[in-house]
Amino acid sequence: MTTTQAPPRVSGDSNGGGGNRGRLPGTGAGEKAIGLLNGGFLLFWGLITTLPLLWAILSAFKTNGEFRVDPLGMPTGVQWDNFSRAWSAANIGQYFLNSVIVVTMSLTLTMLFGAMGAYVLARYDFPGNRFIYYLFVGGLVLPVFLALVPMFFVVRNLGSLPVVGQFLGLNSYLSLALVYVAFSMPFTVFFLTAFFRTLPTSIAEAGIMDGCSHFTLFWKVMLPMARPGMISLALFNFLGHWNQYVLPLVIMQDSDKKVLAQGLGTLAASTGFRADWTALFAGLVIALLPVLIVYIIFQKQVQAGLTAGVLK
Amino acid sequence: MRHGKYPFILAFLLPPVGIYAIYMLSPYIQAIYISMTDWSGFTSSQTFIGFDNYVAMWHDDQLRTALRNNLILVLVVPVLTLLLGLFFASMLNVGGRRRGGAVTGVRGASIYKVVYFFPQVLSVAIIGIVFKYVFAPENAGGILNRVLGAVGLGGLQRLWLAEPNYLIWIVVLVMTWSFVGFYVVLFSAAMQSIPRDIYEAALLDGSSRLTTFRKITVPLVWDTVQVGWVYMAIQAMDGFATVHIMLGINGGVQGAGDVLGIAMYREAFSEADFGYAAAIGVLMLILTMVVSIVFMRGLRRERVELA
Repeated sequence: MTTTQAPPRVSGDSNGGGGNRGRLPGTGAGEKAIGLLNGGFLLFWGLITTLPLLWAILSAFKTNGEFRVDPLGMPTGVQWDNFSRAWSAANIGQYFLNSVIVVTMSLTLTMLFGAMGAYVLARYDFPGNRFIYYLFVGGLVLPVFLALVPMFFVVRNLGSLPVVGQFLGLNSYLSLALVYVAFSMPFTVFFLTAFFRTLPTSIAEAGIMDGCSHFTLFWKVMLPMARPGMISLALFNFLGHWNQYVLPLVIMQDSDKKVLAQGLGTLAASTGFRADWTALFAGLVIALLPVLIVYIIFQKQVQAGLTAGVLK
Repeated sequence: MRHGKYPFILAFLLPPVGIYAIYMLSPYIQAIYISMTDWSGFTSSQTFIGFDNYVAMWHDDQLRTALRNNLILVLVVPVLTLLLGLFFASMLNVGGRRRGGAVTGVRGASIYKVVYFFPQVLSVAIIGIVFKYVFAPENAGGILNRVLGAVGLGGLQRLWLAEPNYLIWIVVLVMTWSFVGFYVVLFSAAMQSIPRDIYEAALLDGSSRLTTFRKITVPLVWDTVQVGWVYMAIQAMDGFATVHIMLGINGGVQGAGDVLGIAMYREAFSEADFGYAAAIGVLMLILTMVVSIVFMRGLRRERVELA
């Protein structure tokens, strides 16, 4: 695709003696230096990004003595015991389980309800359609903090309902999951409505001709067609739910019910007194692993999914 | 399509709208009312006190610190992130050796993008903890001080988190660190869609790198910059988790690193002054609105259409 007839560069033209005739601007010695500088900056930021994390991971394998005396050194052996202390004594195992339970519920419900709502809003004409759509989309600009106080009381009061109350109060997995679902609705509905609109109508019409009910049409035809959109959105929501910090802080105040990010925060606050730094970093590695695995497997989709959030 | 349409629509809309209304919309509506009461949360009575909470906010020095810090975050983090993001994105995408006059990305650009982006997928809790130890004193991690000592800059060593004046700037650095990669990827996508021959034409005209960057790259990705800028300002308004983990519920030494989110959480859940907390929440809503509008206006510029 080179459209210019640039002369091939001869190696060693860098001392530039003569022969500048016909040389393109932007080649030669200065160019080489800039290229190096370029690479230097890029590498520098790469190190700034990775080194603190790498240091945290290495610290998870040290003894507390090594950590205190020589925090920059390499671990002399691998202290697997840090991980078992983090998992049981520091309760990270419990927090991990809590996170898995909550995120499994919240992600399933978000995707299911989000797709249902978006599908109806995108493909069916009915009075109030626009109103409900903007009700959802309006939520995109509201800061979470304004809702925290009343949300705490809504959840607490739901807990005193007869029969269902036992599942819906504070410190309940289901409550936290439903809160995540609610706060994910604006973006999920917004994104999926746009996605369902792009799907061809001819297939849906064919389905209707074949006598599909509205439900079958959704489950068997439209939802499978929406898979690419659903996957990037599921990744987006997974990361959002797994990393959520402030919402669980309000809903999960029981120490047994904390989720991972929140539990790590608590652990970090008490680590100084317990003088067990390496268990904290082991906990941090445990928390980091699922996200790292998801990121490595799906990095293209994750980048596309998260940046789409801004561009839409 | 007529057959059974409305029962279907109702069945599909009820769960999402119901959950959204109960857990998200109703709290927002209640918040405005609660902000005008003196409710402590645990009594059933709440007295309507009009705008008293808002007047009290005006005289609250700690809140002023928090507000000032939020303004610093909103102004400095987006500018830093934007500059670094554009800089690295342009190096990755058009900074390569111009072999034979072709403008290319640098080698390994995709690996850089994967690495740079990674902080974006991490929990803020993890980031906060790591940096708490980066800035810690030497006998408790403190890798920044250790590194400074090791390269002979021992004179620059500080008890970083014990200096009130540094706190908010440390938060600025940590937030910028975690945002930059995201914007590198975002801007890279925009730069990829710039036709290569524009660069080649500029190159033939003898345009320098800096001119190319200023006159071609930046104008052509401006739309993306604009959107990213607003999004970033809203993100920077938060800062809650970073401050909560690195500095604690009181905003660090002398409360100097306080931000509005922290102040609100503290008033509600440790001081049990829910009315006042809700008023801080309303202040945050207003600020977010103002910032989004100002930021959207501030960068408006003529659109450049790609042929």
